[in-house]
Amino acid sequence: MSAARTRFTAPQRLLHWLMALCILAMLFIGVGMVSTITPAYLTLVQIHKPLGIAILILVVIRVALRLRYGAPALPADLPEPMKLAAHLSHLAFYALMIVMPLLGWAMLSAASYPVVLFAGFDLPSILPLNDRLHALLWDAHHYLAFVFFALILLHLAAALFHALVRHDGVFATMAPGFLSKAKRG
Amino acid sequence: MPEPNTHSPRSPIGSLILIGAVVAAGAAAFAYTAGWLSPNRLTPVKVVDALAPPGGPALGHRRNHAKGICFTGEFQANGSGTAISSAAVFATGTYPVIGRFNLATPMADAADGSVRVRGLGLQIAGPGGQVWRTAMITAPIFAVSTPQGFYALLQASGSKDPNAMKAFIGGHPEFLTFVHWATTAPWTDSYAEDRFNSLDSFIFTNAAGQSSAVRWSFIPAAPPVSITPADLAKRGPDYLETEIADRVAKAPQTWTLAVTVANPGDPTSDPTKAWPADRRVVTVGQLVVQKVEPEADGPCRDLNFDPTVLPAGMATSDDPFPAARSAAYAVSYDRRTSEAADYPHSTTGAKP
Ligand code: HEM
Ligand code: HEM
Ligand code: HEM
Repeated sequence: MSAARTRFTAPQRLLHWLMALCILAMLFIGVGMVSTITPAYLTLVQIHKPLGIAILILVVIRVALRLRYGAPALPADLPEPMKLAAHLSHLAFYALMIVMPLLGWAMLSAASYPVVLFAGFDLPSILPLNDRLHALLWDAHHYLAFVFFALILLHLAAALFHALVRHDGVFATMAPGFLSKAKRG
Repeated sequence: MPEPNTHSPRSPIGSLILIGAVVAAGAAAFAYTAGWLSPNRLTPVKVVDALAPPGGPALGHRRNHAKGICFTGEFQANGSGTAISSAAVFATGTYPVIGRFNLATPMADAADGSVRVRGLGLQIAGPGGQVWRTAMITAPIFAVSTPQGFYALLQASGSKDPNAMKAFIGGHPEFLTFVHWATTAPWTDSYAEDRFNSLDSFIFTNAAGQSSAVRWSFIPAAPPVSITPADLAKRGPDYLETEIADRVAKAPQTWTLAVTVANPGDPTSDPTKAWPADRRVVTVGQLVVQKVEPEADGPCRDLNFDPTVLPAGMATSDDPFPAARSAAYAVSYDRRTSEAADYPHSTTGAKP
């Protein structure tokens, strides 16, 4: 592994930021679509499904890269509880990135909706029709979405705390090239 | 975003305030998008809440068209539909159908003689998972021009204010056309004699890429026998359900699917406006209802006949109803499936 690495590899950084954008978009699209009866509802649902599945595909690649290249070590002077919090929250992110799209897909399957990604292309159903199962999956997709968003706010605050208060180089490990070059100064 | 100079002299207090502000802005944007800061936004939850009768909704049941009975059968496409839509279900062939005859009421135990409008929920399963769902009613035009109008109607009819209906009609004169139909058109004594209309307009696109705006109707083969609501009431509160079960047990019942194609300029965005009678009609096939089953164990119970579940070759139009209905039906579906424990099951679970 690459204990000496000071930054995530370029593909890892690219995926991090690309997926961050997609996930934030998904969360906003999600809560936006379920709160309107205008035709925007259909448009947003039509984006929500393929984008969610794209996230599922991307996270598989991302996990593979993470297993292959690892991550830069956190600063030695970071208090243990904070290190633990960082590791656990990152683990939670990986879990959510995998589970949320699967829940969406499974929830539609359990309701026997065709899972249309775009006109003429449907995903197969992954569960039989079942009312109780649908209710369970719906609850999970709904509540975990809010957990996901709360965790992102926390993560954002922590990243900015590293960058603006601690100046400890953690932000630079994930920053896009142009920002981190300046940081390493 | 961080400044290029690493050792910014900014005090941590300033940075902490900045971080707090960024997080707060993110949370506020999310809350705004979710509608939590917009109490006036018309959400599907509000619409579904407004459908509830004074005694509260029938738990575990559909929030509208709550009383119904399942059937299965087939759709026999004659191939003519391919002229207007490339939908797989229009290619000559026979496709399995799951459907539901229902009454337009939020009350699951309403008496059949008390409900003016009847409905038909239908799923035709084409090859390759190309599913078409539609939910139609017996009225020839809808009651209101817009989903917002529908919500206003629900509010007015649920209001204790004696002038609420008058005020509603003042703002929605199109409602009177519907009232005229409701008070003058004959009632039939069987679901098998009812004509069911899409009312909403959709866009069909054929293999050559030509699109047309359409509406459709299922026209019964059985000749209508009219009956007064009072006489229907005398036959018992569940007469229509036992009647259709008996009738289908004796012989399959059929409907012809007639698709009406709009001329340019016909009103597609307003289901209260009928199209002129001389429009081109394409007869695309026959619905054959072969078996009727109670809803409790029937295959229709846990389906949502969402009118935006369309196969390739069909799409929504500028009619705002299908989107609004899709959003509301999803809320109704989410609620009723989460209330499975309240539904009077005769056995556990639904058959797929
Ligand atoms: C929107 C969704 C986001 C998700 C799902 C997400 C997910 C993650 C994950 C899983 C890691 C750990 C990488 C690993 O160890 O394998 C990480 C690291 C990081 N993220 Fe995010 N992130 C998001 C948004 C953001 C935002 C908005 C920022 C900054 C403004 C940010 C800054 C960082 C930084 C600086 C790191 C490196 C920290 C470290 O290794 O401890 N992330 N992110
Ligand atoms: C990272 C992936 C995903 C995220 C973050 C996400 C997020 C959300 C959010 C925030 C909502 C609104 C919840 C509410 O307020 O009730 C939602 C609803 C929904 N999501 Fe997702 N979603 C994801 C993936 C998917 C996928 C892959 C599908 C389907 C293939 C899907 C299907 C749905 C559906 C159908 C709803 C509406 C549920 C209803 O109210 O009936 N989601 N999602
Ligand atoms: C904005 C207007 C409308 C709203 C809010 C609305 C609401 C609903 C709801 C909540 C359900 C129950 C869905 C479920 O749980 O599966 C339902 C069912 C139904 N609606 Fe509507 N509806 C509207 C317009 C229409 C129109 C225009 C038609 C017909 C042309 C129609 C025909 C039906 C039928 C036939 C059913 C029963 C389907 C079944 O058997 O499952 N609705 N409606």
